[in-house]
Amino acid sequence: MRIELEKRPDVSKLFAFVSPLLALALTLAFGAIMFAMLGKDPVEALDAFFVEPLLEVWSLHELAIKAAPLILIAVGLAVCYRSNNWNIGAEGQFTIGAITGSYLPIVFYDWHSPLVLPLMLILGALGGALFAAIPALLKAHFNTNEILTSLMLVYIAQLFLDWLVRGAWRDPQGFNFPVSRDFAPEAVLPAIWEESGRAHWAFIFAIVAAVGVWFMLRYTLKGFEIVVLGQSERAGRFAGFSSKKMIWFSFLFSGALAGLAGIAEVSGSIGHLQPAISPGYGFTAIIVAFLGRLNPLGIIASGLVLALTYLGGEAAQLSLGVSDKVTRVFQGLLLFFVLSCDTLIYYKIRIVWSRVRGAA
Amino acid sequence: MSIFEAILLTVITASTPLVIAALGELVTERSGVLNLGVEGMMIMGAVAAFAGAQMSGSPYVGIVCGIAAGALFSLLFAFLTLTLVANQVATGLALTLLGLGASGMLGEAYVSVPGIRLGEIVIPVLSDLPVIGHVLFRQDLIFYLSIALVVGVSWFLFRSRAGLKLRAIGDSHASAHALGIQVIRTRYLAVMFGGACAGLAGAQLSLVYTPQWAENMSAGRGWITLALVVFASWRPWRVFAGGYLFGAVTILQLHAQAFGLGIPSQFLSMLPYAATIVVLIIISHNRRTTLINTPASLGKAFVPER
Repeated sequence: MRIELEKRPDVSKLFAFVSPLLALALTLAFGAIMFAMLGKDPVEALDAFFVEPLLEVWSLHELAIKAAPLILIAVGLAVCYRSNNWNIGAEGQFTIGAITGSYLPIVFYDWHSPLVLPLMLILGALGGALFAAIPALLKAHFNTNEILTSLMLVYIAQLFLDWLVRGAWRDPQGFNFPVSRDFAPEAVLPAIWEESGRAHWAFIFAIVAAVGVWFMLRYTLKGFEIVVLGQSERAGRFAGFSSKKMIWFSFLFSGALAGLAGIAEVSGSIGHLQPAISPGYGFTAIIVAFLGRLNPLGIIASGLVLALTYLGGEAAQLSLGVSDKVTRVFQGLLLFFVLSCDTLIYYKIRIVWSRVRGAA
Repeated sequence: MSIFEAILLTVITASTPLVIAALGELVTERSGVLNLGVEGMMIMGAVAAFAGAQMSGSPYVGIVCGIAAGALFSLLFAFLTLTLVANQVATGLALTLLGLGASGMLGEAYVSVPGIRLGEIVIPVLSDLPVIGHVLFRQDLIFYLSIALVVGVSWFLFRSRAGLKLRAIGDSHASAHALGIQVIRTRYLAVMFGGACAGLAGAQLSLVYTPQWAENMSAGRGWITLALVVFASWRPWRVFAGGYLFGAVTILQLHAQAFGLGIPSQFLSMLPYAATIVVLIIISHNRRTTLINTPASLGKAFVPER
């Protein structure tokens, strides 16, 4: 038996739409098998994982909280990946954004002003962008592989945060716990609709960013430049676009969004700095970007789906007693299926049963 | 045993997994496939080796389990990128994400279970030599395997017919295909060899380096491995030298922490990652030499004309 691919004359519009849904369905099917193997009733488990978190209002707020950083980061990554710049270090840019944004509420704890919050957000975005500037600089001027450098910087950022909260920025009243002092009320990102749940403004930032980038990619020259340079650097050069400038643009842009996501998460959801501020949002956002077809509007949908895997993981831990690692497995499987189903967009798949190649 | 010998031993222990995993990735990349999933395959090898050793009571069974887990896990990558021609970069990332998640889940029962350390094999006569006898000839099986792998891979790539074909595929899959060389089949084997090596490297982590299981215990070594292959400009002996250089940086960092130089431990822990970046800069800044050394088909999908 052999699997043969035949290139479609045109990209299949049908499968471009169907393939993410197919990937979701396959992930659910494999999830059911996995739960069965863990000795849980698959229907009950999938219900607890993917349906129950959607039935209560407070839980929908939690969904928005988890989706916000995923969407923000993934929208930036989509710009990178479309232009063929492989920024894998969003987790680090997220962390540094959280740190630079926290500078005001921690170091200038006594400064009370309505300016604090907007300045924090700007500082966070700047921090993320500057951190992303490192792999950009190295790629643009030293031809260094950006996948490896941006990834190494994730470990460096996490160690730096660890040092800060155990050292210079540790809360003097924190009973020696490695946390910073709690942010003052004016440094906390407000809730969108306080009566019903905790969801805060980060979700609105995410939607605005997604729609904005969608518009940029679809209707502006910059968007055209991104797509052309991503598909063929040579063609881009003939059109007068500079791939060096695109490296800078895509990294700074995605870094700024990741940094904004970082400070928004710390300010809106956690309220202080601590050694672990992200359950892997920067890496999960890679899946979000691909599941959303690198299209910002698709990313809003896929961000909500991946946020659901986080919520479902927490719920399943409580109600089914399965490990929260199930979340990661689901996410990994999903990315696998997304990538395999994408083949259907460009190719027809034929399974050849005979050993002899048939006359074509 | 002198302090010097003790330090040398720890350097070897820290370097061995890097050398093994990097050799596997080198063969994979020489065939034209970029597999970024080393971290995922390594951690799967680590958990499988630990589990295998626990269940059987023998670390040698653990090694076999680690190798098998790495090779089988790499098949997922091979199927997606070679048969379904999915994007290699994204698929490699998927492999790492899935590996980190799945190993965490599989290994949950083994957290804080005392591990089984792989024993040393004393080579008669040679082990009585001063200094090097203790360091080089009273080692565990995986260390000896790592040396054999350096020699073997080097011989295979540059002295054997199959190695010549593999390099030809990596440099131009279209021409190799035209010559009747089995591109896809060879790449499947190369990817699985890379997976097996990553699995063996993982086994070293959970059976020798720190004989226990901890979540994410590969700690970015898979990624450093990828940098090592670039550093070595796709040559086995340079992988060996580079692996030991990185192992030395890791150990230096630990010793510096023990001496208490007044530098916060977190900054010392950054050293291997920072060193990776610096090395990458030095190696890559000359665009021409990188281009000459990189397998020309690296990362490019191959769809045979039918």
